[in-house]
Amino acid sequence: MSAETNTATVEAAHACWSCGDMRAAHLCTSCGKVQPPTPVDYFTFFRLPRKLNLDTAALEREFYALSRKLHPDVYADRDSQEQEWSLEQSSRLNDAYRTLKDPIRRTEYLLKLEGVELEGQSKAATEEARKTGEKKQIVPPDLLEEVFELNMQLEELRASKKLGEEDSALVQELQTHKQSLGAKFSTLFNELKDYWSEWDSAEESDSEQERRRVRDRMVDLLNRRSYIGNLVRDVNEALGS
Amino acid sequence: MSNQRIVGIDLGTTNSLVAFMQGDVPVVIPGDDGLNLVPSVVALDENDQIIVGNAARKYLIETPERAVYSIKRLMGRGIEDIWEELKLFPFRLAEDLQPGEVLRIKLGDKTFTPPEISAFILRQLKRNAERFFGAPVTQAVITVPAYFNDAQRQATKDAGRIAGLEVLRLVNEPTAASLAYGLDQKQNGIVAVYDLGGGTFDISILKLHDEIFEVMATNGDTHLGGDDIDNLLITIALDDILGDLGLDVRRNGEIVQTIRKSVIEAKIALSSEPAAKLDVELPGGKRYQREITRQQFEDLIRPILDRTIAPCKQAMKDAGVTPEQIEEVVLVGGSTRIPTVRALVKEMFRREPHTDLNPDEVVALGAAVQAHILSGGSDVTQNMLLLDVTPLSLGIEVAGGVTDKIILRNSTVPASSTQHYTTQVDGQVNVAVHVLQGERELAKDCRSLARFDLKGIPPMPAGLPRIEVKFLIDANGILHVSAREQRSGKEAEIEVQPSYGLTDEQVESMILESFDSAEEDFRQRQVIEARNEAETILSALEKSKKSPAWGQLPNGERKQIAKLEKALQEVKQQDDYQKIRKSIDALNQGTMRLAELMMDTAVTTALKGKTMEQADMGESPETGHPVAKADFE
Repeated sequence: MSAETNTATVEAAHACWSCGDMRAAHLCTSCGKVQPPTPVDYFTFFRLPRKLNLDTAALEREFYALSRKLHPDVYADRDSQEQEWSLEQSSRLNDAYRTLKDPIRRTEYLLKLEGVELEGQSKAATEEARKTGEKKQIVPPDLLEEVFELNMQLEELRASKKLGEEDSALVQELQTHKQSLGAKFSTLFNELKDYWSEWDSAEESDSEQERRRVRDRMVDLLNRRSYIGNLVRDVNEALGS
Repeated sequence: MSNQRIVGIDLGTTNSLVAFMQGDVPVVIPGDDGLNLVPSVVALDENDQIIVGNAARKYLIETPERAVYSIKRLMGRGIEDIWEELKLFPFRLAEDLQPGEVLRIKLGDKTFTPPEISAFILRQLKRNAERFFGAPVTQAVITVPAYFNDAQRQATKDAGRIAGLEVLRLVNEPTAASLAYGLDQKQNGIVAVYDLGGGTFDISILKLHDEIFEVMATNGDTHLGGDDIDNLLITIALDDILGDLGLDVRRNGEIVQTIRKSVIEAKIALSSEPAAKLDVELPGGKRYQREITRQQFEDLIRPILDRTIAPCKQAMKDAGVTPEQIEEVVLVGGSTRIPTVRALVKEMFRREPHTDLNPDEVVALGAAVQAHILSGGSDVTQNMLLLDVTPLSLGIEVAGGVTDKIILRNSTVPASSTQHYTTQVDGQVNVAVHVLQGERELAKDCRSLARFDLKGIPPMPAGLPRIEVKFLIDANGILHVSAREQRSGKEAEIEVQPSYGLTDEQVESMILESFDSAEEDFRQRQVIEARNEAETILSALEKSKKSPAWGQLPNGERKQIAKLEKALQEVKQQDDYQKIRKSIDALNQGTMRLAELMMDTAVTTALKGKTMEQADMGESPETGHPVAKADFE
């Protein structure tokens, strides 16, 4: 039993406080008791390899199974120490599940584990960055022309709105921009999926060079994606929809 | 059966209820007036005694300055939040209220905070349950609107503590309703709960999967409900009276409350009748009379009901579902009895809503189910698990007055987020953190939850300390914060200053005031009630001895009954209610066969064509021989 768990690399090798046998990061694999929290990453928490292609249906099943064992409701009549661990472990479980089930969050999280800090994506943060001149979002080169034109049109629309006019031709053009940006946005997602597979094989072959290459590609893609996302938001706001 | 029962409580804006799990079925515990609903009305009588529920309602009209209703609207709120409410509700604030202080409401000459007033209601429910069980009740699950923020939840928990109840869990009202629904219909699928109550509106979308109730998204408005409909109708009536009769009665509390009573009756009537009449007597022999048709009523309230549409759409969007994917829409809350509300729901979700459940009771029943789950459950509930979400995003204020969201709305709770802070000046030993709740980008537009001071940071060059702060939202939706300075390994101190709400010490002092006497009250009440019950049973036994059934009993059994009778007569004189109860139970057991025989005799007598009176039962068989209680199974 313990020999088996020892060979699993993702298993944290500690003894269970209750039965002394080996345990996983959250529950004793032997007696099922909740364990004091250890700082493991979300993949390890679910006993998953650090890969990006993920069976979300299986993840959901595991989430439900672990919820039944870790949720504070199950510990309502236990001592306060176990209740506290259950609270921390089930919050870890929920945080991990929320992050891993969403493809974008999962990718961002993995990149963060790899030491990459992505830029803040809230509108306010972007504007604050613009104002202070720090961490300016770099316009992706292939979008330069379109962004320039779009910003002009947005300015025009805001100006005409202030005068209480409605330039229908302008609105039409902005709608077209919005659609084309939306299409780019979804294309990027498909591209990202290709990188996932590349990452996973790099992970399997344990090639540091390849890992770094795919990582940089994904960072670039996610930055472009958030940039486009912000543009769509600006257009929506200007159109008042 | 364990002595300690956990009850489920629906602490509503208009009505409150207490329920528990009887075997496999949740049931509502009635008050001593026999009614399930306890109106959430609190009054101070002429002797300064607190009156709660139906008995308090008459004070609303007779001495409105000594009564309060809809206190839930003020829970966890600050004075700047409630100006709108004050125009519409006769809340009388204490004159000496300081800025930043928890609100205090005047009842007669006394003042109480909203959690204290809620605690009076909770204490009444607690007593109702204690009378029902014949044992103290100290633990409860209490429901709150799903869209309640941290301060409103904390205030509810405080109210529980003040009432002498350990609040084991706060459960969101629509989620509680889904538990009661799910217990009934064991099906997998996506369900929406549309909960329009007296003062709050919630919409929750849940995924039911093998007895796991997973909330996908929730939304709502904590100030939207039947109260708003009433207030609209009252305003119209007051305008009419001023315009048509030239009478300004807006400041006349008694008249306003009489009008309120009248419009509520009309509102209820209009759910089944095509028209209703308002008829109110006014000072100076004048009368206000008006007929309102259902069509007029529906047109009037439509703008209020339309305010439920945007939250529903947002919840569906957040859950990532379309109306077609929703299997059922469950209606909860008294206001969903209004036909036009049902029509609106049908239109929005494109299906006929589920109306089988009693919209007034389903939340309390669900709370009882959750209470049962927490106590370990039984075959029917042990696999049930609730996974709820936080309704609002949690954020911290960063440079430029911007909110940095660290836990997004609709995250499953418990949920956590760890943030790192550092210093900006050399030798800085404090860092201030401002915690917010809400969806807006700017801190000033969000709800301020608390300001924390991280203290005791070892003096270091700017930017060197690394303080790790952990924010954790527990299963009740309440925030906890802890901090650590990582370089020195020192636990950083946190001084919490909740923006709204009572401090622990304040709550503690409120408990002591009401709790001491409550314990004594409980004992005395129990003794009186046990004695009354003993009287009833003894006099019933006296009567039974005259029935033919008595003669049919074997001699030994008659002797045994006489012994038990004597024992009860003796302990009845003492002050130990538990002894009296024990003795009552023993006599109940001992006279079971007698009761059965009497029932048989009654039936036989009836079959012979005699009436019950002629059979000299003293009691009809339906009421049963009081000795034979339904407890035996």
